[in-house]
Amino acid sequence: MPRIGVYVCHCGGNISDTVDVKKVVEAAKAEGDVVLARDVTFACADSSQKEMIEDVRAQKLDRIVVASCSPKLHELTFRGVVQRSGLNPYQYYHANIREQASWAHSDDPEGATEKAIRHVRSGIAYARLAEPLARTKAAFVPKVLVIGGGVAGLKAAIDLSSMGVRVVLLEKSSALGGRTATLPEVYPYGRSGSDVVQGLLDDLRRNDGVTVFTNATLERVGGHVGSFQVTFRVAPHEPAGHADRPAEITDTVGAILVATGTDTYLPKAGEYGYSRLPNVVTLPEFLELEQASAPGDLMIHGKRARRLAFIYCVGSRQTSADGTEVHEYCSRYCCNATVSTTLSVLRDHPDLTVYHLYRDMRTYGKNELMYEEAARKGVVFVRFDGEEPPSVAERDGGLVVSVKDRLIGGELVDLPVDAVVLVTGLMPRANQELEGILKLPLGKDGFYQEVHPKLRPVETNISGLYIGGTAQGPKDIGESLESGSAMAAKAAAFALRGQLELEPFVASVDGARCAAGGACVAACPFGAVEIREVDGKRQATVEAAKCKGCGACVAVCPSEAIQLKGFSNDEIRSMIKALGRGT
Amino acid sequence: MLAAQRPLDEASPAAFRPKILILSTNLISDPGVDFTGLNHLHYPATTAVLRMPCSSMIRPDFIVQALEDGFDGVYVAADGTDCPYLPDCVARTAARVQEAYALMQAHGIERERLTMSGICSVCGEAFVRGVKHLSEVVQKLGPASRGKGHA
Repeated sequence: MPRIGVYVCHCGGNISDTVDVKKVVEAAKAEGDVVLARDVTFACADSSQKEMIEDVRAQKLDRIVVASCSPKLHELTFRGVVQRSGLNPYQYYHANIREQASWAHSDDPEGATEKAIRHVRSGIAYARLAEPLARTKAAFVPKVLVIGGGVAGLKAAIDLSSMGVRVVLLEKSSALGGRTATLPEVYPYGRSGSDVVQGLLDDLRRNDGVTVFTNATLERVGGHVGSFQVTFRVAPHEPAGHADRPAEITDTVGAILVATGTDTYLPKAGEYGYSRLPNVVTLPEFLELEQASAPGDLMIHGKRARRLAFIYCVGSRQTSADGTEVHEYCSRYCCNATVSTTLSVLRDHPDLTVYHLYRDMRTYGKNELMYEEAARKGVVFVRFDGEEPPSVAERDGGLVVSVKDRLIGGELVDLPVDAVVLVTGLMPRANQELEGILKLPLGKDGFYQEVHPKLRPVETNISGLYIGGTAQGPKDIGESLESGSAMAAKAAAFALRGQLELEPFVASVDGARCAAGGACVAACPFGAVEIREVDGKRQATVEAAKCKGCGACVAVCPSEAIQLKGFSNDEIRSMIKALGRGT
Repeated sequence: MLAAQRPLDEASPAAFRPKILILSTNLISDPGVDFTGLNHLHYPATTAVLRMPCSSMIRPDFIVQALEDGFDGVYVAADGTDCPYLPDCVARTAARVQEAYALMQAHGIERERLTMSGICSVCGEAFVRGVKHLSEVVQKLGPASRGKGHA
């Protein structure tokens, strides 16, 4: 008889605030073969894991069900616990009662509890039938494709090559360094962006094993984690040294890292007077004009500027003026960049009067010191309400910014200035071709989406495909570099081992039932199933390394001879039965 | 409101709340169902989710079993075009669903009780709409167990 242990997690209150956890435990106890059922505050906590292992030994449990968050977060955690307790890690089921019960039905606690009970019962039904299984191994090609030669991609390439992993780096434009290379000055140290990029390129050159292709675009991807077949096209460089057609190159890599960067928001014509009024410029445009000015003589479009206004959150945390674009997110870098820019402008032009019209000042972390310094230097900070943004108008040959200043009770203030700088945010870059080729998961805001912002911050739903840099969401340069290193570390963990452990969920055939009809062979696009003679009888056979475990063959087998390991037809039927019971 | 309709089954005093089985896929639509919960987008709690590797794996008899074992409707949250396994996953899953319709007919079960949608990993709103719609349709049909012999 199976001896099943069931653990129902409170997840702090994330589950137990809605789901009656005690009731779920009682329902679990009423199921056959359940030897032990209990609730735990945090199933994933070390102490809970230790308790489970002690329970397995003391109660001679032979299979476990944990009902908690999504299996995407902690299925592997608990398989590990089950394994450490001496059991087979596959005699385990992870029932989802957070994302699919307490959170989805926070409006219906009773319904959420009933649903949690159904999910736990089906987990018990699965565990009862679960057979011990073993993982299989597959080769992981120790070479990584990095897409995007901005700072995140460069950092990933440097880190991988310094660990001895070969890298192919594709950059769509003709030069490396991305947007950072174009920035005249970046915080916190005031180095130029090209200086930062040069430092990365120097590091890159010190390492062997990186092949860089500029003017290169990805064309096709086949295969799977550990062995992706990638085809990319390299256009001849300008001026054309070779009159050849673009070269198509094919390679095999174990992982793919995507760091394709972002675009900056360009204000619509007329937004805060942009492109209609003179001397309304974006922050990137201002940086260029400032660079071209002599110290003490800040010239904006031929006019000496003595008074400047920066307007924050243009294209961030707002819907565009014509309502067509929604950018709900904070672009993260801009408060820091604007305060830092102001400090350096004040160094060269100490007589300037500078107004900062902001919604919320987010100079987080150490950057707070820059904000304090700016305040000490007499920069005037004016806080406006996002619902009532400032307006910009032309008056007497100059500009006037009108704003309701929340810091003085919402009084309307007119600020005469010589130039207005719009602090523009970041926005997702349109890259549909690449997204289509790689099936990149897009989040609600249009940036690429990780599996989990905390637990799996650079992984995607597709194994072996990692994301980083600003393609994933607004980041500053330092944060982009961090994510480059994170992607490299994730890919290297497999590349350095040269192999990948694959889950055992592959198709297998019961020869006695198989009539060799061949429906499964036709259903498998991977060539994993063949009809062969086994012990004098023709039957389907599965090559486990080629099987992806989709189960397409299972659905078409008339005799149910071919089934998935770890997810047999009987297991499925018993789960449906368990889910359908009761209310 | 549909919920206010009186159940036809006089033996059951409580209002009929249709029970829906959601068949999801490990890598695409189950993350989509998670995304729905993560964003607190509500749909009827009289549901249950069974995740499998790929929607092309669904045997028609699983669906009929569900409709005879306590469920009033089945919602196939298919991989759609995002399927990491099969480029023609939509066509394959649709073929299984067609077979299920035939099998349901043979068992005297109304075809409206089964529906299929492609649900991506961030398709929360589409998922909620789909499940609510199926619940409403099934609400009008009444419990599946009574569907037998009447079709």
